[in-house]
Amino acid sequence: MTMRLTCTVNGQRREVDGVWEGESLLFVLRERMSLPGSKNACEQGECGSCTVYLDGVAVCACLVAAGQAQGREVVTVEGLAPGDGPEDLDPVQRAFLDAGAVQCGFCTPGLVVAAHDLLRRSPRPGDPEIREALAGNLCRCTGYQKILDAVRLAAERTAVS
Amino acid sequence: MEFFSPASWPDALAVKAEHPQATPIAGGTDLMVELNFGRRRPEALLDLTRIPELAGWQHRDGVVRIGAGVSYARIITDLADLVPALAKASRTVGSPQIRNRGTVGGNLGSASPAGDAHPPLLATGAEVEVASSERGTRRIPIGEFFTGVKSNALAPDELIAAVQVPVATGPQEFAKVGTRNAMVIAVCSVALALDPAARSVGTAIGSAAPTPRRAAEAELFACGELSDRWDSGGDLDPAVLRRFGELVAAAAAPIDDVRGTAAYRRHALAVLGRRTLGWAWSDYRRRLHDHAPDVHGQRPAP
Repeated sequence: MTMRLTCTVNGQRREVDGVWEGESLLFVLRERMSLPGSKNACEQGECGSCTVYLDGVAVCACLVAAGQAQGREVVTVEGLAPGDGPEDLDPVQRAFLDAGAVQCGFCTPGLVVAAHDLLRRSPRPGDPEIREALAGNLCRCTGYQKILDAVRLAAERTAVS
Repeated sequence: MEFFSPASWPDALAVKAEHPQATPIAGGTDLMVELNFGRRRPEALLDLTRIPELAGWQHRDGVVRIGAGVSYARIITDLADLVPALAKASRTVGSPQIRNRGTVGGNLGSASPAGDAHPPLLATGAEVEVASSERGTRRIPIGEFFTGVKSNALAPDELIAAVQVPVATGPQEFAKVGTRNAMVIAVCSVALALDPAARSVGTAIGSAAPTPRRAAEAELFACGELSDRWDSGGDLDPAVLRRFGELVAAAAAPIDDVRGTAAYRRHALAVLGRRTLGWAWSDYRRRLHDHAPDVHGQRPAP
């Protein structure tokens, strides 16, 4: 049996048919809505590469059943920037670029959303807080130092502006 | 697959009565892994995330009733003072993303021997509130809830409504061994609750037997050792702490598996037992000291 899934994604109402209720929100986003920003790696909530906001809460999209997203509001990494130009990037995205926090780039979308969520809750986090907040996101290039730099940079810039 | 998404508790119970094979899903942090990997294809899913009755907690008459749908994240932010062992254990669960979704109700439903919430619930003498549409609500003492590896005392038509946890009257601890401080399935864990009001000690172990279990002999031993120290806050001899740790480890029936050997688990449990009692007793003595008699000779309970 399949369903018609209706939800709001990045501010737009989206409707897709033929969704199997037990498939993950991640599958829906990537394969049915052409939003490949959220990455598919572990499919078990271990790597954080698929982190999205669900009703404003940071979650692993791979652990949300499609049926659970019915009527909900989803924001993916594609929805963080207000526009498409380089000048429109969210401060967290800008800081990842400026700090060189991107190596292969696979973990970046999940880390950007997780860092975004941290700074929303805690604008000037200390290092232990940053580490705890990003503990669910794995970078297989092991580029964690630059990632920490990026979060500190984004926090500084946000505090100044 | 059928997908049920009831909007109220009575509706959820009605669905479960009519479709006992329907698998409940809340945070999905266990179940979705099995679905994603094709290990399980339930005939039906019963989504519990839209039921307002499961989403809140209440504090009444010395008990906190935590709805089955309350996330670990909320337990950490809202309940650290009322149920500290459970809040400390919650903080060791997965990652922020997992704690935002995962629930104690789901932990109880999965009933894994490694469930992080279980030792605190055992150490504090919690009760699991379950319900069916036909027979109404019943409360299962936590010690009777776990019936085997990943099995529990729920009847096929029942759902977990809440867990009722006594409010802490003294220091509580939780400690867990794993390869890092996040995203870890416990190699073993220990929860400990001092109850100065009842002059008793609760302690329980996880990931060290087919089910989480209390360490009853360790509890009795600690009660005896502390019986003449509650008022004075007297020192605990290191040998007492060591003996307590040994008795905690003796409660285990561990196995060798990918996360660790049985021998390592016994060793680690003894260390965690010793440490948690030491931490909790130091904390108790500090509170006792901070509440030393004032000029009126009144001593508030620590």
